[in-house]
Amino acid sequence: MVNMILNGLDISVEEGTTLLEAAKFYGIDIPTLCYDETLSPYGACRLCLVEVGEPGKAKLFSACTYPVREGLIVKTNTKRVIDARKMIIELYLASCPSSKKIQDLASEYGVTEVRFTPKNDECILCGLCVRVCEEQMQAKAIGFIDRGVNRYISTPFERQSEDCRLCGACMYICPVCQARCQGPREEETICNACLNISPPCLEKYDEAMCYMDPCVACELEKEPDE
Amino acid sequence: MAPLPVKFKTKEDFLSFKQRSIEQYEKNRCYLAVCGDTGCSVQGSKNLYDQLEIYLRKQGYTENVKLKCTGCLGLCENGPLVIVYPQEIFYQRVEPEDIEEIIEKTVIQGEIIERLLYSDPVSGEKYIYGRELPFYKSQLRNLLEANWKIDPGSIEDYIANGGYAALVNAVTEMDPGAVVEEIKKSQLRGRGGAGFYTWVKWEECRQQTGRKFIICNADEGDPGAFMDRSLMEGNPHSVLEGLIIGGYATGAQEGIVYIRAEYPSAVEKLKLAIDRAEDLGLVGENILGSDFNFQVYLSIGAGAFVCGETSALIASVDGRIGEPVQKPPRLVQNGYLGRPTVVNNVESLANVPLILRDGAQKYCRVGTEKSSGTKIFSLVGKVNNTGLVEVPLGITLREIIYDIGGGIKEGKQFKAVQTGGPSGGCIPASSLDLPTDFDQLSSAGSMIGSGGMIVMDDETCMVDIARYFLQFLADESCGCCFTCREGISRLLEIVKEISDGSAKPGQLELLKELAGVVKDSTMCGLGQTAPNPVLSTLRHFEEEYRAHIEQKHCPAGVCRELITYSIDQKLCNGCGLCLKNCPAGAVTGNKKEPHYILYDKCDKCGVCTTVCRAEAVIKQ
Repeated sequence: MVNMILNGLDISVEEGTTLLEAAKFYGIDIPTLCYDETLSPYGACRLCLVEVGEPGKAKLFSACTYPVREGLIVKTNTKRVIDARKMIIELYLASCPSSKKIQDLASEYGVTEVRFTPKNDECILCGLCVRVCEEQMQAKAIGFIDRGVNRYISTPFERQSEDCRLCGACMYICPVCQARCQGPREEETICNACLNISPPCLEKYDEAMCYMDPCVACELEKEPDE
Repeated sequence: MAPLPVKFKTKEDFLSFKQRSIEQYEKNRCYLAVCGDTGCSVQGSKNLYDQLEIYLRKQGYTENVKLKCTGCLGLCENGPLVIVYPQEIFYQRVEPEDIEEIIEKTVIQGEIIERLLYSDPVSGEKYIYGRELPFYKSQLRNLLEANWKIDPGSIEDYIANGGYAALVNAVTEMDPGAVVEEIKKSQLRGRGGAGFYTWVKWEECRQQTGRKFIICNADEGDPGAFMDRSLMEGNPHSVLEGLIIGGYATGAQEGIVYIRAEYPSAVEKLKLAIDRAEDLGLVGENILGSDFNFQVYLSIGAGAFVCGETSALIASVDGRIGEPVQKPPRLVQNGYLGRPTVVNNVESLANVPLILRDGAQKYCRVGTEKSSGTKIFSLVGKVNNTGLVEVPLGITLREIIYDIGGGIKEGKQFKAVQTGGPSGGCIPASSLDLPTDFDQLSSAGSMIGSGGMIVMDDETCMVDIARYFLQFLADESCGCCFTCREGISRLLEIVKEISDGSAKPGQLELLKELAGVVKDSTMCGLGQTAPNPVLSTLRHFEEEYRAHIEQKHCPAGVCRELITYSIDQKLCNGCGLCLKNCPAGAVTGNKKEPHYILYDKCDKCGVCTTVCRAEAVIKQ
């Protein structure tokens, strides 16, 4: 077992697990878009960022790819983390507003404004489909092509692949096309309709946050008639 | 050429070979060194070399006058360069027509040919000997010195000039720990960018057991930087020797040089160097009779900038897509093939033989306390002398730009210098007296990086510079991390809006916020440093950004959408040159009468400004 500090709590987790798995085990919610527990971690969506290290020297890492280590100090909900996540969600919304998963995340994190030009992409290149095809279906029928902004996912040489068994796993796992948000019209990138969770106690307590969701302290402090 | 001996078995074998090489080298004192590096090649040095060879053969001088095709001699702008030995007379811009004169007058009679000498662009003074040139005088060419003297294809030349002595000494007389200790004393820091202490990597790798690797990172991709290439092309054995010493010190028995495919000449020269070293038993099994075995392989990259990042580099060597993976685990625990791996830059490795040969103490005398030794910069942009400069770390930027670079071209004003490649930053005129060492430059918001140095004058727009570098990084991002792929392209989008005048108020704040997040949240070094061009130009030139947004005005007159051309009615003499040359047909007017520019037709190419003799075209 490995001992470490997660959001101020002393915890011990099995060696070989990742920070994301450890946090999940202790009931701490970390948002992800490119993670699936049956697949190898990829670290591409950057939503699972957590702060790792001593205060003052801490850096942001993706929790899904970071292995637990003795004595680590990890915080999952600091202002720095939340601000980064909010900006990332805003970027996602601008590029791919039709995904219900992304719209829900926006509501959860209180992202109510998109300051970038909307793009209406169909893919966020999370790579889940590529990994499920390779690791679970043993088919390797699709893969990434090109790099940077020109990157996209397709079959080899853009022809129908002989390795593809039309199993549909790639579509099933896709966070964008699996559930589409019918809310936003084309001119509006943001929906904010389905979910309306009040933000965590971040504004009030800043760095000292709780690990419950919803936060017990916040619930207790609420006026009865609120 | 000295006869090739069988492989060295002992130190004595090496020493006697060295003695023979020195004798051979001394015998051929009279030779012509023709720069064969890329800069001079494109200016015709290959043809010049062939013509020289034909001429020497025709006249029957081949016995007494030798020819050497060397690596980069430094002053690339004035190529092709030829140095006449033994006097070391420095000729620039040599054409095939000058050959007869050079041989008959300079080589045979020792006369100087005035017109081929370098003359200072400012003072007009002429210089005969290379060392006296202001460009070379203020440099300290510990690494590049050998480029002048040796033929990169000849291991004998390298050995005659003190090469491989450090390796032989290390393998026969030092244990690996002592080698690391010596590097530790020298305080050598990685020359590839981050400035990490070389000895720390080596010591950590030495502690590991089993199969280990040492990789030389020769994937030099920064625009405008070519230090590593010139080392590999001019003196490949120094890099190889550093790599072998690194292998000995870390216990790695396999060395890999990861080199980009865009450097075919460097690949060829390194291949030759490895073959020659193998012939002499300096690479292979039981080197110098010891139980140290070392093999070297070349791995050719496929043109991805991101593969300079160590984890992407290892993926590429392994035949996978060159994409970074998150550290930890660090490479020294889990690198190539899952084994402990050390990755060092070309220039760091080339420093290693110097440290062992002269001792760490002597090495430390150069540079500052925390940044020892010399660093090669590629000085390019709006300076009079462009090329490779090697200076002690800690020298000020002013010395590099004004003493060595000869100041700004055409007497213009210095505005900023961009250091550290695309991920580096801009340093303004107020910080010109900043010493160039790793820590000082980082605290000024830039970095030494791999050593690119682009000088900009007052006609450079900082928004345009940021746009250029962001475009480069957007093209070169591997596209794996969302924040890097989408973040950079959004940064670029905003900067483009600023430069074409369509940016709304508040975009600058968004730009800053996004830059901060991209820097903080991306996985690898490329994405983490990608916002630097924006952040550092904003830090020093925010008012320039504001002028673009608020007044829709580009102070430097570069951003096309924000400038207008007009003709001064008083100055125009109606010669019609602008009318004749305008490709858009935007100039009208009668002959001998003042002309006009039609704004809606003008595509702002600036041809009218260039052709006007009366200086009547106004750019605003």
